[in-house]
Amino acid sequence: MAQTLYDKLMGAHVVREQDGATLIYIDRQLIHEVTSPQAFEGLTMSGRKPWRNKANLAVPDHNVPTTERSNGVSSISDPISRLQVETLDKNCETFEINEIQMNDIRQGIVHVIGPEQGATLPGMTIVCGDSHTTTHGALGALAFGIGTSEVEHVLATGCLWQSKAKNLKIEVNGNLGKHISAKDIALYVIGEIGTAGATGYAIEFCGTAIENMSIEGRMTLCNMSIEAGAKVGMVAVDEKTIEYVKGRPFTPTGENWDLAVAYWETLHSDEGAHFDETILIDASLVKPQVTWGTSPEMVVDINGSTPDPEKEVDPVKAESIRNALNYIHLKPNTSMSSVAIDKVFIGSCTNSRIEDLRSAAAVAKGKKIANNVKLALVVPGSGLVKQQAEAEGLDQIFTDAGFEWREPGCSMCLAMNADRLEIGERCASTSNRNFEGRQGQGSFTHLVSPAIAAASAIAGHISGV
Amino acid sequence: MKRFATLSSITMPLDRANIDTDAIIPKQFLKSIKRSGFGPNLFDEWRYLDHGEVGMDNSKRPINPDFVLNNPKYKGAQILLTRRNFGCGSSREHAPWALEDFGFRAIIAPSFADIFYNNCFKNGILPIVLSSEIVDALFGYQGEIVINLEEQTVKTEENIYNFEVDAERKRRLINGLDDIGLTLQYEDQIRSFEAEYFKKYPWL
Repeated sequence: MAQTLYDKLMGAHVVREQDGATLIYIDRQLIHEVTSPQAFEGLTMSGRKPWRNKANLAVPDHNVPTTERSNGVSSISDPISRLQVETLDKNCETFEINEIQMNDIRQGIVHVIGPEQGATLPGMTIVCGDSHTTTHGALGALAFGIGTSEVEHVLATGCLWQSKAKNLKIEVNGNLGKHISAKDIALYVIGEIGTAGATGYAIEFCGTAIENMSIEGRMTLCNMSIEAGAKVGMVAVDEKTIEYVKGRPFTPTGENWDLAVAYWETLHSDEGAHFDETILIDASLVKPQVTWGTSPEMVVDINGSTPDPEKEVDPVKAESIRNALNYIHLKPNTSMSSVAIDKVFIGSCTNSRIEDLRSAAAVAKGKKIANNVKLALVVPGSGLVKQQAEAEGLDQIFTDAGFEWREPGCSMCLAMNADRLEIGERCASTSNRNFEGRQGQGSFTHLVSPAIAAASAIAGHISGV
Repeated sequence: MKRFATLSSITMPLDRANIDTDAIIPKQFLKSIKRSGFGPNLFDEWRYLDHGEVGMDNSKRPINPDFVLNNPKYKGAQILLTRRNFGCGSSREHAPWALEDFGFRAIIAPSFADIFYNNCFKNGILPIVLSSEIVDALFGYQGEIVINLEEQTVKTEENIYNFEVDAERKRRLINGLDDIGLTLQYEDQIRSFEAEYFKKYPWL
């Protein structure tokens, strides 16, 4: 029978089935400091050991400072953040888990370093106590976020109980316009289907726009799948995937490489495979996107305006619009390009890879950030991304334009470290969530692509390139 | 894990759609390396008028009288009633930990985000999906509600509503079973799967 990519990946990992629940084998668990301490504590209390140490790879990312940190963990000024990073170091040592520590050049955001190190490979089942684990689906892997109880479960048993998701095909055809990126496609899709539009579904992105998209672009797209509520977001393996994976530290070599490639080439949906739902998107119609509200589905074209709750017929939606506009201090029918910003954040597991930085730097080159912009941060996704960007002179372009060039980490995407917005500050951000308080209590987030974030920094308000 | 059989309680009506886990428990409280003590910071930014940080004496903070959790009428409610897509966003299990620590044992909504829904079952919380129409009706109902997991029913004085739940999740919740202990009963099956698996995919 013709199978979808999701069906194939699930099928290859079934250990046991009972009463509609499936026990699947997990190839890779990525671990960070925020959602793992209670899982390790659980292991300790029950006297259990990791099922297979080799399956795990840990890195601190959420709490790490992005400013000078050459003194290592002691550079973390907040004692509670410091304890969390120290706890990860200690747990990884005790349980003999491979950890990339804070001052290692390979350190970075867990969803950036997985693919970068080749720890994410096509066909793998990959979990992490972090919802943006969907990122790794860009390489034809089955990857999703889990809670801490499940982190402990995977550590202890190497497996996880799952119920089967339905299949959703999102086919994106046509050419993207100038300065339109995967981020715009992602936000556009979420705007179309809503933040619960894909709940219960595994998304497979396909179509000519996806085929033409780089692996890093696909990561951005799959990363944001969770913002549509999806279980996973995936793209079939193609030549680009295999080319991307080749030669990375964890990637197989020699005979194993040949065997792996032969298998990976089968990782696509079969002709005629059944999808429960299909959505068609015309890429040529997608304009740069910007969120106006407090949910990623509250999004418009950059030349659009905030909605008017009086014109919304659904009372729950009208109330959501009212709440959001009230929170974010914007009136109905406000032109987005008239919205002034205080800060800019370029980074996060969504948009901190080298192509993202190149795209933002191309816009910032030779320009200066506007006087009203108090801070414009560029936070590379990993030490290796930072190194590459510096080799290309991107850091110089950014600093010449008035941006700050920082050390890698999650930073102001969720503001667990010192990088945050103050009350009432407004930010153009390349991150993934514009929830109330996400980047700092009482602050306002507008999600955009790296190119739009850079253009907005220079204009001092939300702006196209 | 705590067992769940039946629950009789009034509901706490939280009339908002798309409540995300950042709202349920803001990020600054995620720095804890413990599993308990999150209840006082549940919905922190809506519940208090000041900015909450770890280590504050929450009993001394100014509360937001307009927020439903602070309404004395609903004190002691063990059932949270809310709107669609509850628990969207971050996978943080601190969200169900905070809800459980505050005293909620069940949540009724028209839909839940996937990871949050799953996390509830690991913490003895029963998330119940009922249609938007029924949820609307419950928002207008003031009395006590009786939830019976075995029967899969939600009862008000006038009505009985049925809900769906996976058989396996139900069994575990009713018996308070430890997931890891259960899975390790199949240790031999996992080992034999693994042996075959690594033969087939030797690069992994």
